[in-house]
Amino acid sequence: MSGYRLDKGGLLIDRTREVAFRFDGRTHEGYAGDTLASALLASGQTLFGRSFKYHRPRGLYSAGPEEPNALVELRPGPHQVPNTRATMVELHEGLEANSQNRFPSLGFDVMAVNDRLSRFLSAGFYYKTFMGTGQPVWHFFEHFIRRAAGLGKASHEADTDRYEKTNTFTDVLVVGAGPAGLMAAKAAAEAGKRVLLVDENAQAGGRLWDEGGEIDGMPTHEWARAVIASLEVRANVTILLRTAVYGYYDDNILGAAERVSDHKKTPDAYEPRHRHWTIHAKKVVLATGAIERPIAFAGNDAPGVMLASAGLAYATRHGVAAGRKVAVFANNDGGARAAIALSDLGVNVAALVDARASLGEGLTGALSARGVMVWTGSAVTGTRGRRALKAIDISGYDADRGALVGAMETIQCDALLVSGGWTPTVHLASQAGGPPVFDETLQAFLPGEPREDWIACGNVAGELNLASCITSGTRAGAEAAGAVLREEELPKVHGACGPETPLPLWEVPAAGKGKVFVDLQNDVTAEDVRLAEREGFRSVEHLKRYTTLGMAADQGKTSNVNGLAILARARGQSIPEVGTTRFRPPYQPVPIGAIAGREAGEHLMPVRRTPMHDWHEAHGGEMMEAGLWMRPQIYRREGETLEQAYVREARNVRENVGIVDVSTLGKIDVQGPDAAKFLDHIYTNAMAKVKVGKARYGLMLREDGILFDDGTAWRLGENHYLVTTTTAGAAAVLAHMEYYLSVVWPELKVHVASVSDQWAGTAVAGPKARALLEAVVRDCDLSHDALPQMGIADGKIGEIEVKIARLSFSGELAYEVYSGWNEGLAVWKALYEAGLPFGLMPYGMEAMGTLRIEKGHVTHAEMDGRTTAADLGLGALAAKRKPYVGSAMQDRPALCDPDREVMVGLVSKDAEPIPAGSHLVSDDGKSLGHVTAFAFSPAKETYIALALLKQGRERIGDTLEAAFQLKERSVTVQVVDPCFYDKEGSRLNG
Amino acid sequence: MLIHCPACGPRSHHEFTYGGDATIVRPAPDDTDIARWQAFVYDRENPRGDHQELWHHVFGCRHWLKVTRNVTTHDISAVELLGPHAKDANAGEAGR
Repeated sequence: MSGYRLDKGGLLIDRTREVAFRFDGRTHEGYAGDTLASALLASGQTLFGRSFKYHRPRGLYSAGPEEPNALVELRPGPHQVPNTRATMVELHEGLEANSQNRFPSLGFDVMAVNDRLSRFLSAGFYYKTFMGTGQPVWHFFEHFIRRAAGLGKASHEADTDRYEKTNTFTDVLVVGAGPAGLMAAKAAAEAGKRVLLVDENAQAGGRLWDEGGEIDGMPTHEWARAVIASLEVRANVTILLRTAVYGYYDDNILGAAERVSDHKKTPDAYEPRHRHWTIHAKKVVLATGAIERPIAFAGNDAPGVMLASAGLAYATRHGVAAGRKVAVFANNDGGARAAIALSDLGVNVAALVDARASLGEGLTGALSARGVMVWTGSAVTGTRGRRALKAIDISGYDADRGALVGAMETIQCDALLVSGGWTPTVHLASQAGGPPVFDETLQAFLPGEPREDWIACGNVAGELNLASCITSGTRAGAEAAGAVLREEELPKVHGACGPETPLPLWEVPAAGKGKVFVDLQNDVTAEDVRLAEREGFRSVEHLKRYTTLGMAADQGKTSNVNGLAILARARGQSIPEVGTTRFRPPYQPVPIGAIAGREAGEHLMPVRRTPMHDWHEAHGGEMMEAGLWMRPQIYRREGETLEQAYVREARNVRENVGIVDVSTLGKIDVQGPDAAKFLDHIYTNAMAKVKVGKARYGLMLREDGILFDDGTAWRLGENHYLVTTTTAGAAAVLAHMEYYLSVVWPELKVHVASVSDQWAGTAVAGPKARALLEAVVRDCDLSHDALPQMGIADGKIGEIEVKIARLSFSGELAYEVYSGWNEGLAVWKALYEAGLPFGLMPYGMEAMGTLRIEKGHVTHAEMDGRTTAADLGLGALAAKRKPYVGSAMQDRPALCDPDREVMVGLVSKDAEPIPAGSHLVSDDGKSLGHVTAFAFSPAKETYIALALLKQGRERIGDTLEAAFQLKERSVTVQVVDPCFYDKEGSRLNG
Repeated sequence: MLIHCPACGPRSHHEFTYGGDATIVRPAPDDTDIARWQAFVYDRENPRGDHQELWHHVFGCRHWLKVTRNVTTHDISAVELLGPHAKDANAGEAGR
């Protein structure tokens, strides 16, 4: 047993409210106000996790967000969150958590054998072992390594919790609600500004909970409560707790993640689990504080070793002692002060080991008076006890020579609290500023030059004394608000301590064996850092990537500066010469759910529906996603397979007549005196020569000569065209046109506007299409002479005005009937009902695809961003009678290479489906191309496909294998012309 | 990042799509010199510091803008509206 609950004390807990929770399947009890960490510590738990690489037993190391060891899987089932810091989990009734990275249990972990094998697992183990051995070796070992290494596991169940995203705007954002942040918020609020005060902890106040001394005659924690209460009632102050500001982005925009309901057993109705905040701030005050720094020594990862600030916080906040017999190891006065404070709280502090020759004024006496044995000029050289600390070894230490001197002593203790000075939390300042600047007095990096509009104050700005911290916070708040600091209104601080000036001791020289850990979370030792340096990874950025120092969930909050110091020593340079890595977002892990917000599942993307959507669903239409659109795939009749349904629909188009909803096509209205000239530039075809009342099929290329989109241009007037695009290409084509009209040819007098959602469309296709239209459309001559192929006519269906173009995608006699969007359903219904006597069936995407494959018409399956017009057999449409976008570049040698993949047809030799994506394989196993689309062809009575095939035209008649590797299947196919049906086009006339 | 659209005011960059280098000049449409087209399509400087680039306000006014942006700091020093209305829009208070 190690930690225990003190008889009294605990500013944050309510001893009248017991809370039961489960850890690793066992029931424990704590108090309301505990964290998972403090409750487990109070119950005597020493083991909190197994380390990343060596699976060494690890205990609690901190009391805050910097925790490297005590990572747990929080909650069961779909609500599980891995890698949750036990120090940040607020206890609630019924909480369930499990330790991670251990098998089968925390106490007995078979992978702990890694610790014995550690000389094979040094820095860069993966690179050294697997680079050069080739892929197969890595592939063989990858599974085992991934299982052995790593942190928590994510749930395999879908997350059923709600998440939210929101934006907020504020005059002054204050990050951190410790003494500096509280005063900054107060000063800015009193100057009349809208203030947002954000803290990642569950309560504001920061270390005011743990500080001794008085402010304005009150103990610091009572003063904190008073200030917080005064801010809470202000209308212009919003306090966001449990919210970590993790990223500082351009233009003073910051990202924050709020743990909205993690402290409850289940979220309230409609309450999200987490909420993501995008904060737009006019001014930012960074009062992000500082994190205590460890000192590295052999065995410094033993369970029972923790930061002095943590030991103090558990006692003051939760009434928990870290151990029955506590020792403190420090290189600054913070250690002695923590020992005194702990002793006064009833903790048995046995010894203070301080590396300096003497302590600050009055401290030795105060310690002696409390029965604390003081070892100055000494350092901890080792720990005893593997799964729980039993004793420490100490030795004399000569600070001038940086060497151990004298004899070794052993001190019995079950907790060792370490203080190596303080590391300002410069992460956000570094994200939005210049490189951090090293301060020799504090032996710490301070924020560099701001590159965004922020002011740093308090600990992060190097103001480690409580009085100066409060002054700098107040000044920063006033400055951010454009007000003047009124010195006379500053709180009066008594009994506060001077700045900590640590002895630059980063690593105790080795006295024997035992690993010296720098980064506890990633199992990086001081020797790993030196090894990396010897191997040439001398830059901090390289060191980080090679050793993983400072990576993963804690981002090196307790390890960065020590790692730099050890590297600097190995390089024989100073710490500022070595420099730091640039901090990047996120400062804290951000749950993916919070980033996704409500944009998950069916809300991932907006859904677009045509006016006929409900009709399709009511008539057996099975809807499928086509980009954002929902379109009917088939209209299934009872007992039909998908294939039977689409073959029936397609055959009926060839034999009778069908209708298909084409409202999703992109439609762009092009008007202006230069409209014809403009479209001539944009399309490969001569659109200016199209007569009014006629349409033309056309191609668009990109500037590099590759096919971009296809569609039709309808000339509605001398200076007026309606352009249709593919469904998928609509947005890109509009942007493309706007680019040329704005950037390249601003002198052209043309306006373009999307009218995709203004026109609804129904295609009517089949030999009986004209007869059907004649039965329902009035005021319109539909005869072949009056409305030839590519002709446009106006008419009426009932009282609805429609525009009819004779266009065919299916190869049959076909028309597209357009109406206003709101009339689309009425037009569709009228066509459907008028068509029933002609044997009409509606048809879906599958049948439409089948008909176009039979005709060898292209879609974006073939226009895949790599093919040219010539590749797809459309070279004649891109003849160069005039310059157009892409005309010059399509003649590049690479695009005219005779070996290019070109479009061909395929017929299955064994009546087998030819899945799209199959590779066409040569005799020597090389891919010669791939299948773009396939269908069962009612015209051919077998499976056919379109494909892109190298030297395809020369291979017509050849037999090839189409290999579909996802299913390890292969089909024998014959290469044929891509037009399977009615090549001469006679059916266009019905 | 905020882009000060001359037509719409300061807007989040999420409303825009990036359109690439604004300094390249398209050859005349009837130019047949493949090297010039090659340069237009593919050759791009990768400067440090200020860069003139195109942004399209797709979720806004749909104007194309010429933005002078420092690619190291992301600071935007000028925004100019392109197209037929450029003269009127940029005569007034152009972006910062």
